Order: sequence, then C-alpha cells, then structure tokens
Amino acid sequence: MPIVEVDGLVKRYRGSTNNAVDDISFTVAEGTLFCLLGPNGAGKTTTVSILTTTLTPTAGRVRIAGHDLATSQSAIRRTLGIVFQQPSLDLNLTAEENIRIHAVLYGLYPWRPTFSLMPRHYREQIDQLASVLGIAHNLRRKVHTFSGGMRRKLEIVRALMHRPAVLFLDEPTAGLDPESRRSLWDYLRQTRREFGTTVFLTTHYLAEAESADTVCVILDGRIVERGAPAEIKARHAPFEPRWQLVAPTLEDAYLHLLDTA
Amino acid sequence: MNALLAIAQRDLVKLLRDRARLSVNIAFPIMLIAGLGTVLQSSVGQVTGLDAVTVAFTGVLAATLFQSTAAGMISIVEDRENDFSRELFVTPVSRMTLVSGKVLGETVVALFQGGCVIAFALIFGVRMSGGQFVALLGPMLACCLLGGAFGLAALALVPNQRTAMSVFQFLIIPQYVLTGVVAPLHGLPRYLDILAWAMPLRYAVELTRSAFYAGRSGYSTVITAGPPVDIPVVTGLFVALLMVGAMLFDYRERTR
Repeated sequence: MPIVEVDGLVKRYRGSTNNAVDDISFTVAEGTLFCLLGPNGAGKTTTVSILTTTLTPTAGRVRIAGHDLATSQSAIRRTLGIVFQQPSLDLNLTAEENIRIHAVLYGLYPWRPTFSLMPRHYREQIDQLASVLGIAHNLRRKVHTFSGGMRRKLEIVRALMHRPAVLFLDEPTAGLDPESRRSLWDYLRQTRREFGTTVFLTTHYLAEAESADTVCVILDGRIVERGAPAEIKARHAPFEPRWQLVAPTLEDAYLHLLDTA
Repeated sequence: MNALLAIAQRDLVKLLRDRARLSVNIAFPIMLIAGLGTVLQSSVGQVTGLDAVTVAFTGVLAATLFQSTAAGMISIVEDRENDFSRELFVTPVSRMTLVSGKVLGETVVALFQGGCVIAFALIFGVRMSGGQFVALLGPMLACCLLGGAFGLAALALVPNQRTAMSVFQFLIIPQYVLTGVVAPLHGLPRYLDILAWAMPLRYAVELTRSAFYAGRSGYSTVITAGPPVDIPVVTGLFVALLMVGAMLFDYRERTR
C-alpha cells in the first residue's frame, strides 16, 4: 500500500526556462525506507519541498497518507516529519524551547510558558528522546552553542515528536562526523522498528542508501533509474575483475549510471 | 490559541534576551519626549497654550507602539533567512495563525516599551490621572495591532533583512514627519495634507491623543478628525493589512 504517490510532478521556478523537476512519477510503500539519489541540482530538494507542502508544484498530482496535496495540505502536514537540508532551528532559543514550540504547534500539548509547567508526559518524552540521542545535558542551552552534529540530532528529535507517518530527511547527515552519523542511523532504525515510520531520504552518502528498500535516481529533474539497491547494482555496476573478491557497492553502480546516462 | 501563544512567546523571549535592542527601543522615545518636547515648549507650547512635553508624549507613545510592532515584523524576514520559517510552514497551523502570533508577540513587546515610555514621561513632568491612563489602554493596543499589520504587509515580500531595514525606514520616517507625532500639524499645503491623511500612523496618533485629551482644554487644538473617523479607519486598515500581509507571506514562501 503506497503512503506517498507522485504522478507527473513538474516544477519550473520563476524566470527559469527549464523544469527543475520534469514529469516524475513514483510511489513509496508504507513502512519502507525510500531513497532519492542524484547529483547536486538534480531536483531532490525541490521534490522534497513540494511533497512537504513548502513549495507549490507547477503541475502533477501528489497524495500522501491518502490526502491530496492540492486540497488537504493541513492534513498532510500532520502526517509528516521533516529534517531540512539547511538547519531550521531558532538559534536564540534553547534546545527544549525549540522542541516545545514544535510540540505546541502540532497540537500535542497545550501551551505553557515554561518547561516545568508543561505536562509530565511532555517532560518525560523530551528526556527520553534527548537521552537516546545523547543531548540530555544540553537541553537548556541555546542552540547557537551547539555543534553541527548536535543541531542535527535536535532536529530529528523535534521531527519525531509527533510520531509522523512519513519522515522526510533531506541530506540529514551532511557535515556530520562518522560517529554522529552512526548514532543517528541507529536511532532511526530503532524508530522505524518501533513505530513503522516510513522514511523518505535524500543523501550523498551512498552507504546510507544500501539499506533502502527502494532507490530512485534523479538526474536533471527526471527519474533515470529505480529499484532495490541489489537490482540497481546488478544492472549498472560495471564489470571489474575485483568483483570476484568484493561485491560492487551501490556507489559503484550509481557513478557508472551517471556516467552513462 | 495555543499555537498563537507559542509563537507570541517566542518573540517576547527573543527581545528579553536581546538587551541591546531592548535598550535602544526604550531610549529612543524617551529622548524624543525629553529632548524635542522641551525644545518645542518655546514655540509650540506658546502657540497652542499646551504643555509641549505632554503633547509630544501622547504622539511619541502612539508612534513608539506602532513603530515597535511594525519593526518587529522584520523577524519574518530573519526567520526566512535562517530557514526557521520553513519549520513553521510545515506545521499544521494556518498562515493567519502564524502571522497573528507574530503580531501578538510584537504587541506584547511594544506594550512593555509603552509602559516604560509612560513611566519616564511621568518622571519628566507629564501629569496623568488614573482615568487618563485607563483611557489610553485601548488606543495603545490599537496602535500595536495596526503597526504589526502594517509591518507585515510592508515586509512580507522583502527578500532579506538589509532590504527590510531600507524599506522600513522609507515607510516610517515620512510618517513621523507628516503625522504630527511631536506636535500637531496645522495649515499644511494641500498636497502634504492629502499625503498626511494617507498615513496609517496619523490615525493611531490621533486616537491616542483624543483618549488623553478627552474632556480637557486643548482637545480641539490637538485633534483634527477624532474617534468617529479614527476608530473605523484603524479597524479597517488593521483587518485589510493583516489579510493582505498573510496572503503575501504565504505567497512569498511557496512560489519561488
């Protein structure tokens, strides 16, 4: 059962003569990890922006969790969690204040002026999420004092507060050190196991896409390949003698695909 | 209502943590009242027979509230530059709630400044009864709301903070000059008079002055139109500017 359905999606920016997204169609099955790959400027972030209701498409039809993007944007927003490519935190607020605004705006908890006045369940949920990601001791610090890795973790905690059906991650690990990347993915795997969250990922780290259920490759706004990582490797990994010793990676297949597309 | 309060609280918290902005916002109107009001006593005071510091206080109070909420709306441009507006836009909260929360937050900030202006005016010798203070509360709120809606509509399409500051100065400084903030204006040339009537701040200043001088000598000297004109104009402008601002805010974000 697809939770995301995209049909004939087109986006042309004002003043541009080319389509940034050019008539793409795909579906994402519920509970799966879907990965959209492509070089810079291929149309990944434009696609994510449209699916997350922050950008109006030029043409095409999108349905998310059964809701039509053209008519039910508010209903769609309730089902989504998003970590944008550029951090979208208020740097002048503390980590907890950033999360609290999010929780109140999603209607999870009533507004209260301070953390201590928030309902007990909120405080417990915050403590639990923060300790899993290792930022429990920094919740009262202003975000501008956080490292890049901590900001990313905080954004993921925030995006998961309302238990979204679909979590959009637009290059979530860009700029993170390997340890932070690993801890983020451990947490995401745990979340998917626990809540069956569908994850829609864009990334330049192809190792992260190896565990995807479906990979879509977009180039110049058009989808040029789709399938399970194993299928894409089988179709596009160039023949090399070393495959007798080690299996080809998705990166090998992806780079060859871009060279030949 | 919860969403509205959460957004409003964010603006208030940010102001209280920004001591430089807080100090400047309070110091500027005090300098206007104490400095210009005293200077004008020998001219305006003698011509009108009124205390020039008090006249300046009523105008500066209205202008401070209007300008503070209007300037506070620059934060929507700041949020856009910092990508925080995207976080707000993906929440299931209506655009009208988002902008109303902004206006409400900046209103609370401005009212805090207004309270400081009143306190310093009393120190500088402005005489005000309890009844006059109570009568000022409604117009003070109206000044804030109108300023917020004006700032939103003026800045919703602006791409960055630098441009926002330029646009804001271009729109505010003429209003300070042409709406009689420091002293009521009479006998303007026809074209300037028409321009002055087109300025939203004029109605905010008049509404505040009419509440302060109601039933007192000098009312007819400082008031030209009065509440029967000011109230519907301020209400109509607030509703129209808020709706236009919300629409432009949404349009700017979603149609790149």
